[in-house]
Amino acid sequence: MSNPERIHLATEILIIGSGAAGLSAAIAADSAGAAVLVVDRSLIGRGGATVMAQMTVAAALGEEVPDDWRCHLADTLTAGRGLCDERLAALLCEDGPAAIRQMDAWHVGWARHSDGRIRAAIAPGHDRPRCVYVDFLSTGPAVSRTLRGQAQRQASIRRIGEIVVTDLVTHDGAVVGAVGFSLAEGRPVSIAAKTVIIATGGLTRLYRRNSASANMGGDGYALALRAGAELIDMEFVQFFPIGHLAPRLIGMDPIMWDPFRYKLGGRLLNTEMREFTDDYGVPEDGSYKVTRDLATFAILKEVAAGRGSPAGGAYLSFQHVPEAKLREAFGPVIDRLAANGIDLTRMPIEVAPIAHYHMGGIRTGPTLETKIANLFAAGEAVGGANGANRLSGNAITEALVFGRRAGAVAAERVGTTPAQGWDEAAAAPALALAVASAPARATSNPAALIVELQGLMEREVGPFRSASGLERALVRIAQLKAEIGAAPPGAPGRFDMVRLDWFDLRSMLLVAEAVTRAGLARNESRGAHQREDHPGLEEEWAVNQTVRLEDGRLILARLPAAGADRAAEAAQ
Amino acid sequence: MSAVARLKIRRGTGDAESSWASYEVPFEPGQSVLDGLRRIRNTEDPTLSVRYSCINANACKECVMLLDGKVVYACTARLEAREMHLEPLPNKRLVRDLVTEIAPPDERLAVPDQPSPPQN
Repeated sequence: MSNPERIHLATEILIIGSGAAGLSAAIAADSAGAAVLVVDRSLIGRGGATVMAQMTVAAALGEEVPDDWRCHLADTLTAGRGLCDERLAALLCEDGPAAIRQMDAWHVGWARHSDGRIRAAIAPGHDRPRCVYVDFLSTGPAVSRTLRGQAQRQASIRRIGEIVVTDLVTHDGAVVGAVGFSLAEGRPVSIAAKTVIIATGGLTRLYRRNSASANMGGDGYALALRAGAELIDMEFVQFFPIGHLAPRLIGMDPIMWDPFRYKLGGRLLNTEMREFTDDYGVPEDGSYKVTRDLATFAILKEVAAGRGSPAGGAYLSFQHVPEAKLREAFGPVIDRLAANGIDLTRMPIEVAPIAHYHMGGIRTGPTLETKIANLFAAGEAVGGANGANRLSGNAITEALVFGRRAGAVAAERVGTTPAQGWDEAAAAPALALAVASAPARATSNPAALIVELQGLMEREVGPFRSASGLERALVRIAQLKAEIGAAPPGAPGRFDMVRLDWFDLRSMLLVAEAVTRAGLARNESRGAHQREDHPGLEEEWAVNQTVRLEDGRLILARLPAAGADRAAEAAQ
Repeated sequence: MSAVARLKIRRGTGDAESSWASYEVPFEPGQSVLDGLRRIRNTEDPTLSVRYSCINANACKECVMLLDGKVVYACTARLEAREMHLEPLPNKRLVRDLVTEIAPPDERLAVPDQPSPPQN
């Protein structure tokens, strides 16, 4: 059978991903006069993490109470347990307010006081109310809709959904474009670009229970690795402590209980109906104070001690909150809960830690450029800003801020850097893979293998780790790599999900190995990385780890203490 | 005997006549139709095509299809212990199985920039 006809596109700036980071980058780059093409493996602005963010966005606006971005930075660095790249963290905090006000000018609809001030809630780890939101539980969808609308108004921004980018193309150490296939037709696609921005989000799909979309399998990290860029802090996967567990709840994001806790406190209880975070050093006293890494630790320790809820988590109770107050705070959401058989005045719900965000990611400097010339990253795909643990509310802020910066710098580079030009020979292997067909094998259902990998990562590379478990994970990941082989099954065709699952697994296995190897090397516990066999924080581990791919092998390296030194270096 | 949901699904690519395929999945109260479709892909038939991103939150709005003739999102429609008929949207171009062309025209892959790739 002959291969379907290839499509070749050309642009100045190729942006992979259309969440808040990708669309912010597109708007900024287009505003600066560059030709922009945004592609996404899902429909534009629908998949990814942004649309799922029902929660809050942190920025030192100073409207609720006086505030300064340096206070936000201090909280961000504290949460990061000594590992934040201060240049990136400072960029996030300093440019956050401008990004929030820009969204306001585009009518995102931040919740306001009657006197017009933008409302801000206090979230764990912040020293004051700093987290803005859109009612009710609508922050992410509102941010997505607003950016999508703005991108449509800037009519020169070209947007194409359901393009699966499988590899970047480099020439003499610089990126010159990308290769992939169209999902609808299975046609191979090549895209020549002067600069490429990876805005593909994180890797939470590697875990069985996760709060993100099905397309968050770490594909951007795999693209960066294979193109020669470095990743950083890959061992730090954030688990959101109170993801919804039971009873079964449909049509709602599993992280929805966070805003409930911001507004109403709520009580986290073990099976004895006793508040327990105090036993782990964080009394709550009816307010919501405990940070994500500590809450995850406390809940899983209670479960291990036999004091978990029936479904294997903790109880979260709002039974002490009057119905009128529940309705005032969450209006129609109370009816959606009722449709699921949940009456918060009568019953607690069950919650448990759920993979939520990746602190690690592609290593960039403060201009969001990687070590590969003309290759940028933006949003959650970037590693370093949040160190060992991300502060609540920083994810959408970093998506907006890093997106704007990456788009603006990329547009500048387009004007000043000589274009390398498309390299057909360098693209040939990736183009061949996009249309390759492996002989069908009876055993391999890639969808089933993804489920298996998710279980493995949750069990062995989850919130609690040990050398033996991490080594078991590496063995199985290697076996799974062998099992999927070197080419996708079947032949290119329309919306072929077996081939899509194969390409996803190819990326997921590489990224899973990066997380596991980095976790195995870090012989200490810090922030989101908790080793049962190394329970304490070790001074010598106040370093970042990088990962790169060399001749098919992942190589780890250590960077001296993050933050202050490199911030000083950057300031010179 | 444990209850099952019987999903009868209209399958095809539009190039030839579509056909009905039947699958049985164990019924658990509270599950969505999308849970059932994902289970079929994971355990029985990975070639079944259905578009979804957010899985559970009804945020991406991608899993729109016909259930017993009515337009639903598969992630919020409840799975039931009976025969349920699933079909692609009738008023959109069929891509494959339950996937139809729902993206706005200016967000789809259209005419190529250059009919053949540059050579160097």
